[in-house]
Amino acid sequence: MNIMDHLPALVIAIPLLTAFLTPLIDRVSRKARNAVVFIALALTFILAILLVQDVFDNGIQIYVMGASSTTQTIPTQAAVPIRIVLEIDGLSAFMVLISVLISLLGLIYSFSDIKERGGRFYTLFLLMLVGMLGMELTGDLFNLFVFLEVTSIAAAALIAYEFRRGSTSEAALKYIIISSIGALFVLFSIGLLYGEYDLLNMAAIAQAMQSTHIDKIALVLLFSAFALKAGAAPMHMWLPDAYGEAPGAISMVLIPTTAASMYALFRVCFTIYNESLHAIIPAVIIIFGLLSIFIGVTMALVQDDIKRLISFAAVAEVGYILLAMGVGLYGFLNSEEYTVAALRGGMFHLFNDVLDIGLLFLVAGGVIYATGERSLNKLGGLAHSMKYTSVLFLVGLAAAAGLPPMNGFASKIIIYESVYKVSPILSIIAILASIMMLAVFIKIFQAVFTGPKLTECREVPKPMLASMIALAALIIFFGLFPDMVIEHLVDPAVNALMNYGAYIQAVMGVGT
Amino acid sequence: MILMMLKTIGGFWDPLILVLAAIVVAIIAYIIRAAGRRNHKTGEQAKPFFSGVAEPSKEAMHVRASNLYWGFTEALKGYYTSMKKMHSGMLNDYIGWFVGIAALIFVVLFVMEVL
Repeated sequence: MNIMDHLPALVIAIPLLTAFLTPLIDRVSRKARNAVVFIALALTFILAILLVQDVFDNGIQIYVMGASSTTQTIPTQAAVPIRIVLEIDGLSAFMVLISVLISLLGLIYSFSDIKERGGRFYTLFLLMLVGMLGMELTGDLFNLFVFLEVTSIAAAALIAYEFRRGSTSEAALKYIIISSIGALFVLFSIGLLYGEYDLLNMAAIAQAMQSTHIDKIALVLLFSAFALKAGAAPMHMWLPDAYGEAPGAISMVLIPTTAASMYALFRVCFTIYNESLHAIIPAVIIIFGLLSIFIGVTMALVQDDIKRLISFAAVAEVGYILLAMGVGLYGFLNSEEYTVAALRGGMFHLFNDVLDIGLLFLVAGGVIYATGERSLNKLGGLAHSMKYTSVLFLVGLAAAAGLPPMNGFASKIIIYESVYKVSPILSIIAILASIMMLAVFIKIFQAVFTGPKLTECREVPKPMLASMIALAALIIFFGLFPDMVIEHLVDPAVNALMNYGAYIQAVMGVGT
Repeated sequence: MILMMLKTIGGFWDPLILVLAAIVVAIIAYIIRAAGRRNHKTGEQAKPFFSGVAEPSKEAMHVRASNLYWGFTEALKGYYTSMKKMHSGMLNDYIGWFVGIAALIFVVLFVMEVL
């Protein structure tokens, strides 16, 4: 058996099996449990890198579950794909890399941050990763729904994991109800498409798409559900509650879960509906983007809770991605020359958002860990005793606010220039919001780290510092060498978004 | 010398040039600082003068987070009042926004179809 042939399945199977092994190993030894979880996730990361390399070198990878051959997408006696198909193109590979990388860093951080009880935390943690990976690897709409549910249930349990306050359970309850309603919309739309085409495979549906009224109803349901789960304003209100109440590591790992929903949104628009997509959709995405940027940044400015403030900044960052992708989608449908630049800016910013906001969440988690306090009004002078954390916050601050030479600037400048081609107003709003974002983070830095020493505390433990330093190093690297990152990671994802024909052909075996 | 150039629609962006420029500026700043007076006293001379009034403690003078940007939020009071109503924390409202937005997209999409 060549292990390379089974990479897509292994990337999901290893964390899934480890998730259920963890409570058993916990009964033997906590150290052994931590070691097993770390090894499993490190192995998943290595396999994910191999998978990404394979996709970038050899094109779209197909893995069919339950077939005699893992590449036989259409059974001999059938005309359409009926088995579970994993389909990995440049976009899926890009998302898988983000999900596994952030989960690995979150895991290392959680070894010190989380007060574990019986191995359940790691089971839920790994299941959340499995859900994300499943969403990103599957080529089947119903499986997308199943993995969306796995992600939501695990995430809700993790948000409520450290129920120190009533608001923690409340946030988790809101999250699971909102997620369930969104998932119901997705399920209903899948039912509509299945009723119309007898198909669940995304490539097969894309090939059969006739843009009927039923298709349009399904589109609105899918679109609004994934926009909700991505945290697009004005449906973003669950996000500050969930991100704000979750433990530090989980807040960070929740960012790739919302990114997975954004991935699903883009997959629906660019691949399934592609050129038959209604012209109003790009405009709606742009409006969602602008609202997210404006509401996110203005609401962040008035928050006094450190985690909630960063959560609203995360909403604004989602806005930048949606703005760029909306402009890119508009250009895609109208064959505009700025399409590639807009999509490139959006996808690059997606990666940067996960790194930048992720680092800020880890720093906030570290502050809460060290002081037990989350109110900005009660904190002050932490730079006296938390020197490394302070410097790491500055790196995150500069990156998220889009200051040169950080990675946030590199992706934002591409976004500003590409959206300018559609309307200069879009660029002006985006730039002004970025300046306000800087003001938002300066508020945290001034209130928490500078000034006289108001709170006695010590630097965070080494595993927490290690995760933060790794993220900061990636941020600086992405900032100093953006062309390298774009060429080797972002452009294959952008090409996959635009070349929907190849996605269909890989499963159906014929051109469009 | 352009080392790592990112080509954009309007031109290019090279972070390494900025880093080199920052290093040059830092060196110049250091040279200017080094040329300053060496007999500067850091004790009594460095204290702020409040017309003879004793200086409050540093802890008492620390500007708290909620006091920052007061003027900005005060000027946008109307906006923030409506935003706080929107972020009520009520699950019913969250679902209402979601269903409302989905319905609005439906209506706009099908109205455009008819037109």
